[in-house]
Amino acid sequence: MPLIELRDICKDYQLGELSVPVLRGVSLAVERGESVSLMGSSGSGKSTLMNILGCLDRPTSGEYWFEGQEVSRLTADERALLRNRRFGFVFQSFNLLPRTSALDNVAMPLAYGAHHLTEHEARERAAEMLRRFGLGDRLDHEPSQLSGGQQQRVAIARALINRPPLLFADEPTGNLDSRTSEEVLRMFEQLHVEEGITIIMVTHDPKVASHTQRIIHIQDGQIMDGAFAEATGREGA
Amino acid sequence: MIYVTARTAFRALRRNPMRAMLTTLGIVIGVGAVIAMMEIGTGSSAALAKTIASMGANVLVIRPGAASSGGVTFGAGTATTLTPEDSEAILRDCPAVKNAAPMVRARTQIVYGGRNWIPTYIYGTTIAYLDVRNWGALAAGEPFSDRDVMNGNKVCILGQTLVRELFEGESPIGKEVRIQNVAFRVVGVLPAKGANMMGLDQDDIVLAPWTSIKYRVTGSSLTTSQSSGSSKSEKVNTLGNLYPGGSSLYPARSAVQEANQPLPVRFANIDQIMASARSATEINTAIDQITTVLRERHRIRPGEADDFNIRDLTEITKTLSSTTTLMTNLLLAVAMISLVVGGVGIMNIMLVSVTERTREIGLRMAVGARGRDILRQFLVEAVVLCLVGGALGIVLGHGGSMLVSLLLRWPVATSPVAIATAVLVSASVGILFGFYPAWKASKLDPIEALRYE
Repeated sequence: MPLIELRDICKDYQLGELSVPVLRGVSLAVERGESVSLMGSSGSGKSTLMNILGCLDRPTSGEYWFEGQEVSRLTADERALLRNRRFGFVFQSFNLLPRTSALDNVAMPLAYGAHHLTEHEARERAAEMLRRFGLGDRLDHEPSQLSGGQQQRVAIARALINRPPLLFADEPTGNLDSRTSEEVLRMFEQLHVEEGITIIMVTHDPKVASHTQRIIHIQDGQIMDGAFAEATGREGA
Repeated sequence: MIYVTARTAFRALRRNPMRAMLTTLGIVIGVGAVIAMMEIGTGSSAALAKTIASMGANVLVIRPGAASSGGVTFGAGTATTLTPEDSEAILRDCPAVKNAAPMVRARTQIVYGGRNWIPTYIYGTTIAYLDVRNWGALAAGEPFSDRDVMNGNKVCILGQTLVRELFEGESPIGKEVRIQNVAFRVVGVLPAKGANMMGLDQDDIVLAPWTSIKYRVTGSSLTTSQSSGSSKSEKVNTLGNLYPGGSSLYPARSAVQEANQPLPVRFANIDQIMASARSATEINTAIDQITTVLRERHRIRPGEADDFNIRDLTEITKTLSSTTTLMTNLLLAVAMISLVVGGVGIMNIMLVSVTERTREIGLRMAVGARGRDILRQFLVEAVVLCLVGGALGIVLGHGGSMLVSLLLRWPVATSPVAIATAVLVSASVGILFGFYPAWKASKLDPIEALRYE
């Protein structure tokens, strides 16, 4: 059973009276422990697809199976729980809380998971996570006092604080220079290889995409190639 | 859970102290204004009520009913049924009555040296009269005492008009005036009160113990005619406890003896009793209580007519109650406006805050916050702001009214009710006005919120 399976997912956006199709019948599967890139030009629908995969958005039609569960039928609260427990998100613009310490930023998701962690345990866990990403001496720094690479590392620590099996990254290197980009991508590879975390990354940059095992090309709301794991082996199938 | 949410709220508020301060300012000003207005207003209202009350709004006049003989009725106040004991009983048994003074009236010439004058009022009474009529502190000297009343001492207190007419400005204290050829020593001078509502000069007055006026000035025809010569009783009404503690000459009589041979009591009737109700609103209660007490004392059976009548100064009372109502409504209007202003202020800032933090809301939702988590967070923030603002508002409002009372010598009254109401109402206003933005935030679509620029 694949970790993620999409069957004929469609998504339309309503622009006034006009219905604009963004995804037109997307089907794909991602196995546990894969690292996958969603690649396409801007407006191709790759971000919309990732939002649907991350349960931030709902498809107009189609089925989304996650760990054998039909996700698009879940209530808003159940999807929130899923996001909290099973998914980690890394965004292009970091999305850290301003004027809040790195530690509090990382500990923030713990407040919503109904975890039976005390305040102290939560902070300890967040501190441990930050140390792992080499930010042990930056615990009390606010985002404005951190460099771009450091901010993204705080964001990655936040995404992993609930130990999710699946990590979504939306253009994670879009706001970083090439050196720190390399650093962050290596970090993803390391997480993938050492921890077995499934990674789904959205990017328009082939160089970034080359850091993942499989590349799914998207164009005009349809998958061109790479929809299924075995497809990668058969070039041009 | 609440604790964590409260901590998150505090952290969120600390992240933007300026915004938090501005929001709080709305409630601080709201609560402060309400409390200051209520305290200043209540003080003014009380002072106003006191001023009007000094005109006699709380005063009740109890006069005996009409005597009639052979079908001829002699008019109000002619019955000889009202006694000083009635006055004491009214004071003792009527909770709504603040004070009561028996009164006898006289109209006669008063002489000092080569000058003479006929005052509008010569009242024999007790010192309670000064309290009932709100005379306040004497302009000079001392009031006469209860002992003077018991002894029938020849002392008196003069009004300003008499001081002017008889003494031409020199101090009358210690001098002797003659009232109907009885020499009275002047012990005090009343402060000026001016004319009453009918235009009569209220300063044209002489006050003396009622016993002195009754027995020494107006003659004692009524009392002697009814006192029995055979009576050796020591129960001579109020004069009876002149020497308290003295042993009785005769053995105490049993209840049966009392019933069989009631001791003739030296009966003294008085012209009227002046009583004051505790407040203007208790006037009707006081009238009812006095009626009950007097009917019982005068042994009037149910169905029989009262042998007395009670009058209040309705005209003044109406002025008082309408003034009080007006003040209360005015205060209410001002308080309401302040609270609405404070509430709208909170709502505005909270709405701005929600818009400003849309991305934060989106992010929190992306990492697993449910709609109700967001709702709770914003609501807790609003409540925290309201509580802090309310506390500051109390300090500000109370301090403000204190300042007004200190600098402007304005009468203020601390009103715990106003404080409680202001805090309660402002907290609910804050929650109410904080709820809409919070609800709006919780209904945001995570992806819309995340994309919001």
